[in-house]
Amino acid sequence: MGRKLLLEHINVPGINTLAVYREKGGYRAVEKALKTLTPEEIVEEVKKSGLRGRGGAGFPTGMKWSFLAKPEGVPRYLVCNADESEPGTFKDRYLMTHIPHALIEGMIVSSFALGANTSYIYVRGEMMPQIRILERAIEEAKAAGFLGKNILGTGYDLELYVQPGGGAYICGEETALLESLEGKRGNPRIKPPFPAIAGLYGCPTVVNNVESIAAVVPIVNDGGDEYAKIGIGRSTGTKLISASGNLVKPGVYEIELGLPVEEFIYSDEYCGGIANGKRLKATVAGGSSVPVLPANLTLKYANGEPRLMSYESLSEGGFATGTMLGSGGFIAFDEDQCIVRNTWNFSRFYHHESCGQCSPCREGTGWMEKILHKIEHGHGTMEDIDLLWDVQRKIEGNTICPLGDAAAWPVASAIRHFRDEFEWHVKEPMKSQSTNYGLANYANPIEKKPEEVKEA
Amino acid sequence: MLKVEETQPVEFSSALLAKFDEIVKRYPEGKQKSALLPLLHLVQAEFGWTSVPAMDKVAEYLNIQSIEVYEVASFYTMYFLQPKGKYVLEVCRTGPCCLVGAEKIMDHIEKKLGVKEGEVTQDGLFSWRGVECLAACGFGPVLQIGPEYTFYENLTEQSVDQLIDDLKNKDLRQ
Repeated sequence: MGRKLLLEHINVPGINTLAVYREKGGYRAVEKALKTLTPEEIVEEVKKSGLRGRGGAGFPTGMKWSFLAKPEGVPRYLVCNADESEPGTFKDRYLMTHIPHALIEGMIVSSFALGANTSYIYVRGEMMPQIRILERAIEEAKAAGFLGKNILGTGYDLELYVQPGGGAYICGEETALLESLEGKRGNPRIKPPFPAIAGLYGCPTVVNNVESIAAVVPIVNDGGDEYAKIGIGRSTGTKLISASGNLVKPGVYEIELGLPVEEFIYSDEYCGGIANGKRLKATVAGGSSVPVLPANLTLKYANGEPRLMSYESLSEGGFATGTMLGSGGFIAFDEDQCIVRNTWNFSRFYHHESCGQCSPCREGTGWMEKILHKIEHGHGTMEDIDLLWDVQRKIEGNTICPLGDAAAWPVASAIRHFRDEFEWHVKEPMKSQSTNYGLANYANPIEKKPEEVKEA
Repeated sequence: MLKVEETQPVEFSSALLAKFDEIVKRYPEGKQKSALLPLLHLVQAEFGWTSVPAMDKVAEYLNIQSIEVYEVASFYTMYFLQPKGKYVLEVCRTGPCCLVGAEKIMDHIEKKLGVKEGEVTQDGLFSWRGVECLAACGFGPVLQIGPEYTFYENLTEQSVDQLIDDLKNKDLRQ
């Protein structure tokens, strides 16, 4: 069994209430931080922990915190990014639904470390039930003296508010999120200046993902060094993985970074293998934006060594043969799934969600959707495949925010690894409307066990 | 698209305005525009959509220009700029949900309700539409219904039938 730092008590009845959360050791980190540590010491512990941003970029959290400007007389803000919208990712919703106090506690400790007296949790608007859960948890924490004026008699004041979004994927980008929090359209800002210098209302601001903030709690409780002992190399600690698609047991799993991908997919402790006795065709390992990999490259590097669930191991081989850990949105495709159709679906998503500021993204995502729609529906030509490649190349790196890259990578990787499936759609337009290309040569090195075969 | 011909005047109740007052307090002096998104959610929960007269009133309340409200309401996908059915079934149509049958569920809803995506049933009760990822990929197919945004997971054709029938019955009782 891997160690659990965030979800250890997930099955305890009533863990969503302050009373039960405290019985299980909750709010120790607030007591310890506010009464015995200085803000600088907390930042130091987070640095030592090696914690990396859990929203997808993987930037070291402690380093991000240390960039925060501290001009005299100017307020500083901590904003939690709970605008979870990356297809394949649903870990933050899970955490907020079941253990809201883990986030509230993390927000208090992190706000103290950053010197913020007002903090916001920006939750995507569709998560109204989670907003209500968080607001109730905040009331409970306030009544118990963990929020408000003079917390635990230490003289530290903190007000914490929940802000709903309006339904826009782009607001997960931190500067778009800040625009949205200021009551504007979610158009990402040009950087620099970075939010650490000029963020919310032009004041120094840190934006962190829900999971990153929740991870500060065990780091303060046990020390950054202890946290860094878990994991592998520069991928320290535990990570929440959202597993979806054709798996026996989809859901949210907390893993120690460094777990072999094969074990994650096939062991009963985690996903329990591919549903309905089918074979694995491909995976998207870190949310829809990261490159899709065929089964053989998911489980092993090009040289045959096993691939692990860590930042470094998943990106081993670069984009030629690797992918990224991203937000930990792990999507599994069985042998009956069509890569072209799924790529079209993702392209439609990015076209729909492009904010429209930068031409390459606004126009390019639309073109990719159109071309993919054409190929998927049996009207494509071989030139379309090259055109598609050309369009994605012209988006990548040419936009203000990473949404352009995020839209280009799934398309590029699908053509890179599954070109024969695209060509089959062109050569067999009629057949491709009624059947799928199947597993082809994206061989799953794990043999199907006879007892696993069930009628679909 | 804004429904500009809509001129039905809108009155905000004192209870609604009290909620507005509460929300505006969350932001620093002079930054009341931050309340725009939460306020529009409250307006939609009350009236079922965000009409031009309602948005004008929000602008007046926040002391900002009307266009600042329109541009926000038209950017975000959750605000309805046209009247909708009382219950809007929003089905996730993104990759992971499609891997487990979301497209079939949408086809089924279209058949069951007898209206196309975005249209309103004759009794005014239902609309449906496909929406992008709802962050519940492990429990797909999923749909949500505002204004509470209650979630319905692991949908089957049977569970969707049941849900629609329940909503109809609930409405008859009211």
